[in-house]
Formats: sequence, C-alpha cells, structure tokens
Amino acid sequence: MNEPAKPISELLKSRFGDRVSLGSSQNGIMTVEVDTGAWLEVCRALRDEDEFSFEQLTDLCGIDYLSYGQEEWDTEDASTEGFGRGVEGMGPGRFSWADRPEAGDLKQRFGVVAHLLSFRHNRRLRVRCYAPDEGMPIVPSLVEIWSSANWYERETFDLYGVVFEGHPDLRRIMTDYGFTGHPFRKDFPLIGNVAVRYDEQKKRVVYEPVEIEPRVGVPRVLRNDSRYNTDELDQAADAAAEEIAAQETAAGEQED
Amino acid sequence: MAEIRNYTMNFGPQHPAAHGVLRLILEMDGETVVRADPHVGLLHRATEKLAESKPFNQSIGYLDRLDYMSMMCNEHAYVRAIEELLGIEPPPRAQYIRTMFDEITRFSNHLLWIASCGIDLGAMTVFLYAFREREMVMDMYEAVSGARMHAAYYRPGGVYRDLPDRMAPYKESRWTKGKNLKRRNEWREGSLLDFIEAFAKDVPSKIDEYETLLTNNRIWKQRTVGIGVVSPEKALQLGCSGVMLRGSGIEWDLRKKQPYAMYDQVDFDIPVGVGGDCYDRYLVRVEEMRQSARIILQCVDWLKKNPGHVMLKNFKVIPPTREEMKDDMEALIHHFKLFTEGYCVPAGETYAAVEAPKGEFGCYLVSDGANKPFRVHFRAPGFAHLSGINEMARGHMLADTVAIISTLDLVFGEVDR
Repeated sequence: MNEPAKPISELLKSRFGDRVSLGSSQNGIMTVEVDTGAWLEVCRALRDEDEFSFEQLTDLCGIDYLSYGQEEWDTEDASTEGFGRGVEGMGPGRFSWADRPEAGDLKQRFGVVAHLLSFRHNRRLRVRCYAPDEGMPIVPSLVEIWSSANWYERETFDLYGVVFEGHPDLRRIMTDYGFTGHPFRKDFPLIGNVAVRYDEQKKRVVYEPVEIEPRVGVPRVLRNDSRYNTDELDQAADAAAEEIAAQETAAGEQED
Repeated sequence: MAEIRNYTMNFGPQHPAAHGVLRLILEMDGETVVRADPHVGLLHRATEKLAESKPFNQSIGYLDRLDYMSMMCNEHAYVRAIEELLGIEPPPRAQYIRTMFDEITRFSNHLLWIASCGIDLGAMTVFLYAFREREMVMDMYEAVSGARMHAAYYRPGGVYRDLPDRMAPYKESRWTKGKNLKRRNEWREGSLLDFIEAFAKDVPSKIDEYETLLTNNRIWKQRTVGIGVVSPEKALQLGCSGVMLRGSGIEWDLRKKQPYAMYDQVDFDIPVGVGGDCYDRYLVRVEEMRQSARIILQCVDWLKKNPGHVMLKNFKVIPPTREEMKDDMEALIHHFKLFTEGYCVPAGETYAAVEAPKGEFGCYLVSDGANKPFRVHFRAPGFAHLSGINEMARGHMLADTVAIISTLDLVFGEVDR
C-alpha cells in the first residue's frame, strides 16, 4: 500500500476548506461532517480524486439523535440526596404507541452516516450529514456515485423516514407491505404498533393493536465518573491487575 | 402472430433454492430473466433496535442469530467494537482462540455453502459428505461454549472460558458400537485442542473428496462457468466484499490488509479468482477452506505451548469468577452491578469490521456514555451482495439465477437483521 505523505485530516482541510467540519478520529477512522448542500459534491470528489479514491461505499445508515445522552435513572447526586430506585423518563423500549414521547424541536435530529473504504490507500472514512428539516428530513441520494448506496438508502428511508432526493427506487425494504411509521426512530415503541395474525373466520390475515406490554428491565444510566475514562490511571491499574493475575497463575503452576 | 409479452413470476419465499426467505420477483422473457427485484425483510427482527434497549453484553446472543452460519465471526465484530470504545485489549491467548474459532467458523460456513450450493445445482452427494465434517465442527462449538450453534462465546475482554481439557466421546448406542464406536472416538481421547488438531490435519483430504466430486465435474462446470460474472469495477460499485470481491480478481482481505486478533501472526495465503463467475467463487471458497485448516493448525500449536488467562481481570467490565465472588466483597459488588446494570461505555463512535466468511461484517457502534448502546448498525455482507442481483442475473436463464443466488452465499438472518 502506497501511503500518502499527508494525513487525511490535512488533505480534507486543504481540499474542502469550510465545506466540511472534521470530527474526531477514533480508532483510525476519521469522521467528517458535511452539509446537505455539499453532500454530493464532497462525496463525488472523495470517490474520484486520487488522494482520496474511496472506491467503495461500505455502509450507510441513519441515526436518530432524539434522546441522545438522556438517562432514566439519576446517578450523579444519588449519594447526597439518598438513593432513588424509581426509573424516570421513557427510554428506548419503555413506552407503548399510545404514550410515545413528543419529539420536540430537536435540531439536527436525523443523521445519515456513510462509511467509505479506499482500497488504494487502505483507509476508511466516515462521512455524516444531518437532515436540515426534522419534520421532513431530506438528504441527497448517493446512488449515482456509489450504486451500493441504493439498498442502504432504502433501508434508512424505511427505518428512519429520511427521504433521499434523487433515489431511483425509494421503496420500503425491511418492513411489511403497507407498514406505517418508521420503526427505528427513537419515538417508535420497541413493542411496535400492530400485530399480525391469521383470522380463522375471516380467512385472511388481520392487523390488530399489539397486546404485549413494554418490558425493559435495566434502566438506562450514564456514568461519567473516573472509572469509565480509560485514562492513564486506569490503564496503570489494569496493568497492575494483569501482573497480579499473572503472578498468581505462575504461583499456582509452581504449586502443581 | 400472437404478441408475446414478458411475464412476472414469484421465486420464493418458500423456494428451497432461495436460501431462506427471499422473495424474488422475476420479470421473464421466455426463460430469460429481464429484471430481478428481490423483496427482503421477511426475517427482519429489528436486532439493532433491540440492542438499543439492552446493556451491551446482553446483545451478543443476537449476533449469533444474524448470520447463523458463521456465528462467532459476527460476535467478533460486535465485541471488537465494544472493546475499541472501552479501550481494552484481550489477552493474547484469547486473541488466538478467537483467530482459531473464526477460522473454524469460516470452514464450517464454506462447508455448508458447498453442501447447499451442490444441492441447488443437482449434486446430492457433496451435501452428505459435507455434513459428515460439519458434525465435528458443531462438536467443537459445543465443547467450547455448550451450544452447537449460537455460541455467545466471545465477550468484551476475551472469551467466555478456556478451552476444555477433555473432548466428550460418543457413548455406545444401538447404532454406534464396537469398531464403529472406536473409530468415531479415535480423535476424542485427549483435549479439545487435540481433537481440533487431528481434524485440521485430516481435513485437506476431505476437501480433496469434495473437489473430486465437483471441480472437474462436467455438469457442475456447465452450471457455473461464465454464470453471474461480476467485473472488478462492478464489484466495487456494488459494495461487494469477501469472496465476491476476490472471485472477481481483487486481492482484498481484511485479515491481511487491516489485521485484527492474531491474523498478523499466522501464515496464510489469499486465493483470488480470475473471471468473477460462479465457478471462480467456488474455487476461491474451496481454497479458503484449505487455508483455514492451515491457520487452525498454527493456532493450535501456539495455544498448546502458551497457557494463560483468556479474559482480562478488569472487573469494571468483566465479571469476576464465581470463586472470586465467594471470597471477596468487592468482587461480589462488581458482579452484581455488571449483571443488573452492565458497564458504561465512553461516549464515541466506532466501526469495527471483520472478514467474516461471507465478506466484510462490520459493526458501527455509537455510545453516548450509557450502559446501553445509543445506536448499533450491522453491516452485513449479504445485504450488499443481494442488492446487486438484478445486475448479475439480467440476461441469464431462470436456472442460472439459482446458481447466482447460491454463490452469493446469502443467509437471511444477516440480510434482514
């Protein structure tokens, strides 16, 4: 693999300037955020230009950022106020169709994330764009740039209701024929809306409201204490624990 | 003269060659396919949404049920994604076990593929031969995880437990006794590693048997050579990966290009096809089975020499053992917290891909710092491959569609997710 001299972040910055905003690079994959207006142009350049040459769109999916970072169980000040076991809030899977949460006016609710792969440079890139209007999220379609986007965009449309402008065949793909709603949205209940059953009398399949109750056992919690930051301290502790374990194993073997 | 119009027909969802629940709507001109429109989603279980409502560890079992022909490879992608976000790395022995079981899984997947593809194209015997070996692979799964298929064996931070010292032998029964029983238990005297070693040493001769049945078989070649040709450019455009890419002559294997687990420590070759037709994909898969046996032997060798632990000792993520729990209050608390609440994964996003038998299986994981994933997306190779079937099948005969579907190596558990 012929590695280009400059890192991808510099290449992107010098090529696209303000049209992209560079996110973090985690585990070797750079995240780039692009406006819907520049989405097609940037993607086309990423495919065609030699320094990028992302020949393949490996993956494309939607994200609903509603309820991002929300928890159902307050843990931050539990020790000062006493310990409440009550689960507050309605996280994923905890509501039925009738009492699904109001979506509110969250900005940048729907994101479309594409993972690109360059065979020439052996490199991956994550590009994301947010649909500007939450009521009717519209994003330009990438089908004419990478034809593998076809089904991924159909899937995203089906599950999140993101409309891809310019898609040749934007039908539902995963859900049932005649399904209503977009099931992967965070305000769609996990138990669903309707259940399907064969009716013996009517001699056909009928749709009925679901009878099951939402049942999620574990509350969603966010813990920001130092335990979960894998900083140097933690790594040192892990290393120490590993060492002790290794010593124990060695000691155990000697006894044997 | 009467006007002849194209007609539309349903292929599946209950067609045996549809490999599960594919409903393919074919527009036919006589016996030639004009347009193929696959309807998928009949097995859609919303795995990704289910995973959002559960702590990270509880979704590992769902991964087995995606591509239920290559269970552990799916787990590997998911577990790796969690590990990357947590910033932990499993001990080397666990990495070797994962490498070995990934290859056992690849072997098992290709074995089932060769069996079912054979049946689709009218070769019955190879199916019977392949299931003879598949039984032993299932026994390996069972020995290590207790389950013959849905193992849930890989965990963040390592694998669930070490390889067993003893391989369960067959018991005497009405059908298995005397000399027969002795022959079947021949490899099962020692540990699981001994069994795997004996199996991997013997298996090239078994692959020769399949090849005798198929590789130069006139009918087999007539059904596959020149059918469903995918050019390299087309393969890239359609999002092909794995064998679909290598069959078209692109030398790309994540095990070599972006190595994970212990793939940079083992020696193996990547077979590449020339024509991109069904026959080349068959040849690539057969050669991959041989290479898998090679990797398995190297892993067995290392694992025999290097005992050690197979899980990290980081109790914030990995539950302590039962002994530790009975002995230590801290360990008990950790155990309780891990099983009632799980662990929180630092906010961030990652994409971890493995070279699954069917192609690139990726896991895109977004965490907002909670004990449940905010969004998981599984990139299934079969989904991308099936989306290109219209271009592959167009202009072929109806019977060739069966060969194409078959060599795409589809499993609807992963296509529909």
